[in-house]
Amino acid sequence: MTTPAPFQFIGCVELRQALDHRARDERELLDRLEDVPAGSVFYHTHGYFLRHRPITTAYGNDFAAWAAVQVRDQVLAERLAVINPFEMASLEDLREELMSAVHDHLLRLSTIPRVEFGEAFHFQQSHIVEVPLGPAVSTLAELRAGLAEVDASAIYFHMVEARARLGRRSGDFAEWIRTSLQLPALAERIERIDTYMTSLERVRARVLALVDGALEEASA
Amino acid sequence: MIAIDDYRRVAPPGAIDMLLRLAERVRGRRLLHVSGGRFGGGPAEILHTLVPMMADLGVDAAWEITGGDPGFYATAAALRAALDGAERVLTDEALDHYVEMNRVNAKKIALDADLVLVHDVLPATLVEHRGAQGRWVWRCHFDSSHAQRRAWTFLRPYVNQFDAAVFSLPKFGRRLGIPKYIIAPSIDPLSEKNRDLTAREVTTILRGLGVSQDRPILLQVAPFTAAEDPLGVVNAYRLVRKHYHVRLVLAGTGDADRESRETLAELREAASHDPDITVLELPPDAHVQINALQRAATIVLQKSVHEGFGLGAAEAMWKGKPVVGGVAGGLTQQIVYDVTGYTVHSVEGAAFRLRHLLNNPELIARMGAAGREHVRRSFLVTRHLTDYMALLIHLTR
Repeated sequence: MTTPAPFQFIGCVELRQALDHRARDERELLDRLEDVPAGSVFYHTHGYFLRHRPITTAYGNDFAAWAAVQVRDQVLAERLAVINPFEMASLEDLREELMSAVHDHLLRLSTIPRVEFGEAFHFQQSHIVEVPLGPAVSTLAELRAGLAEVDASAIYFHMVEARARLGRRSGDFAEWIRTSLQLPALAERIERIDTYMTSLERVRARVLALVDGALEEASA
Repeated sequence: MIAIDDYRRVAPPGAIDMLLRLAERVRGRRLLHVSGGRFGGGPAEILHTLVPMMADLGVDAAWEITGGDPGFYATAAALRAALDGAERVLTDEALDHYVEMNRVNAKKIALDADLVLVHDVLPATLVEHRGAQGRWVWRCHFDSSHAQRRAWTFLRPYVNQFDAAVFSLPKFGRRLGIPKYIIAPSIDPLSEKNRDLTAREVTTILRGLGVSQDRPILLQVAPFTAAEDPLGVVNAYRLVRKHYHVRLVLAGTGDADRESRETLAELREAASHDPDITVLELPPDAHVQINALQRAATIVLQKSVHEGFGLGAAEAMWKGKPVVGGVAGGLTQQIVYDVTGYTVHSVEGAAFRLRHLLNNPELIARMGAAGREHVRRSFLVTRHLTDYMALLIHLTR
């Protein structure tokens, strides 16, 4: 029997970069959405979950939060909030979905909702700096111990960044458990965890619960 | 001396380990901060914390300052004010002298580093004298979005000689030919201004300031200028006073300029007719006094109409206080509406929210706790240092 390849936890720091694109009304939001790099679409959707804390109101992405808080257009906010970035095959598909939501919304209106007393939407993108954390792990029990302690950004990196931007569609935990530990059923359960509209700590707790279940089964 | 490990008890879980790992990645690379002075103002205050922390992490970090004659400082101050949107007269002769003084500074300072972070306006034109090695970044600590045209036209060619610029908020930046990164400023939770104080320390300090704790205290800590709207705070307090027996404390550092003196005189006039209003003109180093005032306050106001990042809100939230702030500068980033406090557009709005909080004391506790956690995650110096390390790694790959 061969020794499984070890798993290295990777945390991350998000270095934010401002772009020269901003929107003060919903038409401008639509136009800029078409122009900005895909990395900016990623930052304002998937990246929302790295920055989002449970104390703040959940809107699902920065575009919906802006429509709700700054423009005070709850209808567009709802339409944008339900777009699940994790269900899209690519960032371009996600961009299309967001643009369609804004476009369809504007078709029903006689005037363009705009910021009156709030702030403009400033488009940004981010550069992820990867940081290896802790010693590499080789068993499911070691993975469990590391997962419980690791910085929350590692949960984001392995469950969100890996899937959405690095093309590892299963996520790193599921992939390693499937290929190195040969536990496809557990891998599939972890892969099915819904990372949308929740916090990184909640995702951590769900992965830990599944791993605990598998460890109990193994010991029984 | 405070060590990096001391921050473990205040930083988010895992943050210090993350910093240690980042430090390993930048080992061998040199980071140089250049600022206009070692005292006064937020940038210098935070560098006093950041640079020793970097050294403690094993990062080769240094801090140099520029110097010059009174004309150099006067022109740089006028240029800084004009870049912040104020009307100032900037003559070609004065600007030439400012540039010339930095040419002299460039000869005196060892500017060789892998990353040179140039803070604000005083040292900005040093970039003319950069060598071929190393990356140069302009760290702008103020809101340049409403800069006077003449001032920006002068500075922009210098800024474009940097490899990148860093602003505190996206809305503070301007169109440039270089990348613009966003790094929010921070507070040091272990500094005199923010460290824990015992109830006895707070009481002793307030007694020394002549502030009674017999009633709920509404507090604003800010310069006595129109931008911070202290007179608006008095008017909001007067609306609240009809329903609640509270005290109002306005604390700040008085400047010698006419506007500050006039505002202070008006506040003193208001206080002379109301014993529940206290106006405290504090020296610039009254950090522990401000700390005690913020801890003794029931609600903290930051009712600015024009503001930079306005870290006073973060300081108050770190002490578990809800903040009622103006819609200005970085206050909208710090105050999460209805979660850590309220942003308001008017005197009446401020009074309404103060009454709302005083009428629902459980909200004060809940928002205070949420504010402290919000600051822990987003506005502590540990996050600031993490961002600078990420910038160093990203730009010197």
